[in-house]
Amino acid sequence: MTREVLEQYSLVSLYSAIVVLTLAMLGFIVYLARSAAAAPRDAVEPARADVLVGAGGPAVHRSPDGPGDDAASASGLVKARKAAGPARMLTGLATLLVGVSILFRGLSVHRPPLGNLHEFVAAASFVLLLSFCLWGLKRNVDWLGAFVTAPVLLMLGSATTFWYTEAAQLMPSLKSGWLVIHVTVATISVGVFTLAAMVGLAYLLVDRAEARGGGAPGRLAGLRRVLPPAPELERLSYGLHVIAFPLWTFTLIAGAIWARQAWASYWNWDPKEVWTFVIWVVYAAYLHARATTGISRQKATYIALAGFACIIINYSIVNMYFVGQHSYSGV
Amino acid sequence: MTAQSARIQQPSLGPLGWARWAWRNLTSMRTALLLLLLLAVAALPGSIWPQRSINPTRTSDYIARHPTMGPILDRLGFFEVYATPWFSAIYLLLLISLIGCVLPRTRIHLRHLRGRPPRVPARLDRLPAYAERDLDADPDVALASVKAALGRRYRVDVRDGHTLAAESGYAKETGNLLFHTALIGVIVGVAVGHVWGWKGDVIVPVGGSFSDTAINYDTLDPGPRVDTAKLPPFTLTLDRFDASFEDRVGGGQFGQPRDFSAYLRTTDSPGAPEQSHVLKVNHPVEMSGAAIFLLGNGYAADVTVKDSRGKVVYTGPTVFLARDNNYTSSGAIKVPGAQPKELGFFGNLLPTGVITQDQGPISIFPDARDPKMALGLYEGELNPGGLSGSVYTLNTKEMTQVKDTNGEPLRIWIAPGETVQLPGDRGSITFNKVVRWAGLSIRHDPAKDLTLWSSLLALAGLIASLLIRRRRVFARVEALPAGGSRVRLGALAKGDDSGLQDYLDRLAAGLPSR
Repeated sequence: MTREVLEQYSLVSLYSAIVVLTLAMLGFIVYLARSAAAAPRDAVEPARADVLVGAGGPAVHRSPDGPGDDAASASGLVKARKAAGPARMLTGLATLLVGVSILFRGLSVHRPPLGNLHEFVAAASFVLLLSFCLWGLKRNVDWLGAFVTAPVLLMLGSATTFWYTEAAQLMPSLKSGWLVIHVTVATISVGVFTLAAMVGLAYLLVDRAEARGGGAPGRLAGLRRVLPPAPELERLSYGLHVIAFPLWTFTLIAGAIWARQAWASYWNWDPKEVWTFVIWVVYAAYLHARATTGISRQKATYIALAGFACIIINYSIVNMYFVGQHSYSGV
Repeated sequence: MTAQSARIQQPSLGPLGWARWAWRNLTSMRTALLLLLLLAVAALPGSIWPQRSINPTRTSDYIARHPTMGPILDRLGFFEVYATPWFSAIYLLLLISLIGCVLPRTRIHLRHLRGRPPRVPARLDRLPAYAERDLDADPDVALASVKAALGRRYRVDVRDGHTLAAESGYAKETGNLLFHTALIGVIVGVAVGHVWGWKGDVIVPVGGSFSDTAINYDTLDPGPRVDTAKLPPFTLTLDRFDASFEDRVGGGQFGQPRDFSAYLRTTDSPGAPEQSHVLKVNHPVEMSGAAIFLLGNGYAADVTVKDSRGKVVYTGPTVFLARDNNYTSSGAIKVPGAQPKELGFFGNLLPTGVITQDQGPISIFPDARDPKMALGLYEGELNPGGLSGSVYTLNTKEMTQVKDTNGEPLRIWIAPGETVQLPGDRGSITFNKVVRWAGLSIRHDPAKDLTLWSSLLALAGLIASLLIRRRRVFARVEALPAGGSRVRLGALAKGDDSGLQDYLDRLAAGLPSR
């Protein structure tokens, strides 16, 4: 097969992934909406009880008050889970399709497909989807589905449209073993940071709903009934950040080693370097804020989300508009 | 009276007190947090505005295009962000805060490492995690089995026959301190590299040589403490330079660079044995005391200029600088030896040259497939006032443009091997051949290893501090009246530890009953 044909296969695979993932996202949204509507106040869906126990520890177990679910809500929950099942399957399929797309892209260009923004974003999406799927094998994380599929759709949409770059060989400055090391770790790190930010966002939403009191009507209150309790979401978000932060630190170090080989100096204050550093500093501030008694977990989470905003800026605005030595995005 | 008591309650702090107050505040976690966020914000302008130390041309262009904001931003340091007092202030305060955090914590941690785990609290069931279990064994046996179950990861302190205190995860704090200490190492490494390091750039045409002395550099940027008379005395010769470009037509990648290789011969000092190297992008050549990097390339025109009597007044490769991705290169050939007036050629060297309707002479491919030069000619004084300007442009202040026989400005379109006679007894110019040049960056950073190892240690410390759990487990055993014993276990952790109760439950369940 020629280079162009393989590139086309890669693109078709990515388009298919977008279609499949859109359906998955709709499924997860229906799941959230139905469970929120079905569950009576403070009732715990059986599947959710598993989540709490599975997460272990002194989690706040919200036991059902009253003699259990009434028939209507039980059937509502069954309906809700009917939407989650296919959504999970479709997410798995989309993960596979993104993986196949990356494989074809790599075969097309005879190199690790991490050379430009299009390839980077496809890889980061794959990491994000794969970790969600693997997590789903261990415990029920259907509540997270909508939070994962929505940003991945945005990423894949951008990767196939305004970030699309034709398959090609690399410029000499990118021909280095460090490309694979530096960019792969950056990809994994961005994938985990995205997951962490989504869980952090879920935490803030649920926390707001809990602060308003369970009886209050409204969309947030419904969300509260579907998602795990706020302290657990916060711990989960922290745990994910704790994985992503050392990976980002490694990205920074590996980038500096590579920069020394390619540009003669390990640090050049290139815009991309500046933003990588800024992201590192903001997440370091998050970890400090969380370890400081007297700073609320909400405030700390806001800092983490600011860090994620910096990541988004780093891969959109900085790549596209700032002049620097990282101008490889090929756009 | 109230005024008086208020006065009594506010003793003056005194200079020492103020110093202590300042130190306390500076080294507090909240200040560190604030400084971190400030550092993040302060670093941003450097990515938005061009920086003088990185790209001086873009910086002066920007200031010229923004006559009102440019000078204001310049005065505030926005074009030199990482050297401004405000940026330095933030990271110096952060450094002090870092030291002020690391020192006392190291002292405390060393005390903990040497000392015993803390004493057993009176009420174990008030701790964050608690479990109890009745065993058939006697109290001392039960306590021994708790100790055995805790394993080697805990440091266990059996207080008396019925209580026990244990602690694990000291490496969490060790890692945390290692991380912060190593960060100081990184900062010191960067500072040392700045003060004692140097870098220089030089363009060497194929066939040319370079010996490492300050005067031979096109630009040399030494640190404040570098003696430029004592640069390492190596020499290098560029024998060959290979470049390849994407020539598959179709698609947006046509003409993109694919590979650059410079073939070098070097000697560490004059008279030392010669070594051969292939220098590529991403593959620097390490010399003793400096490393050579390939950062640029382009074309030089090998020309010979003769006067009207056929005497050679200028010969050799003249470097032209690429202006676009197809290496449309501009430059100047200065002939101070020409008679009766000094001559200056200016114009473009085109590796694959064509003349277009709208853009004039340009290159349409980066490789030297069909080299051409498009030149104009000035005569007069090349360096008015004895000042030599840029070697790539003519200073035409004291020069006049040479006209052809029709009175139009002279235009020369010349290919390798061709000779063009200049109008009115000015002689001739011969374009012998095109040669490539390599743009070399030569750099010495005495602290790069310190910086690298410090950052790797910081990473190791970071991982240890984030992933290791610090736990304290306490046990109290009492004899039951009916025989056997009751084991009460309590545990607490530093920071979040959602698995603590689970761990304690499993610990209790795993105890042998007799």
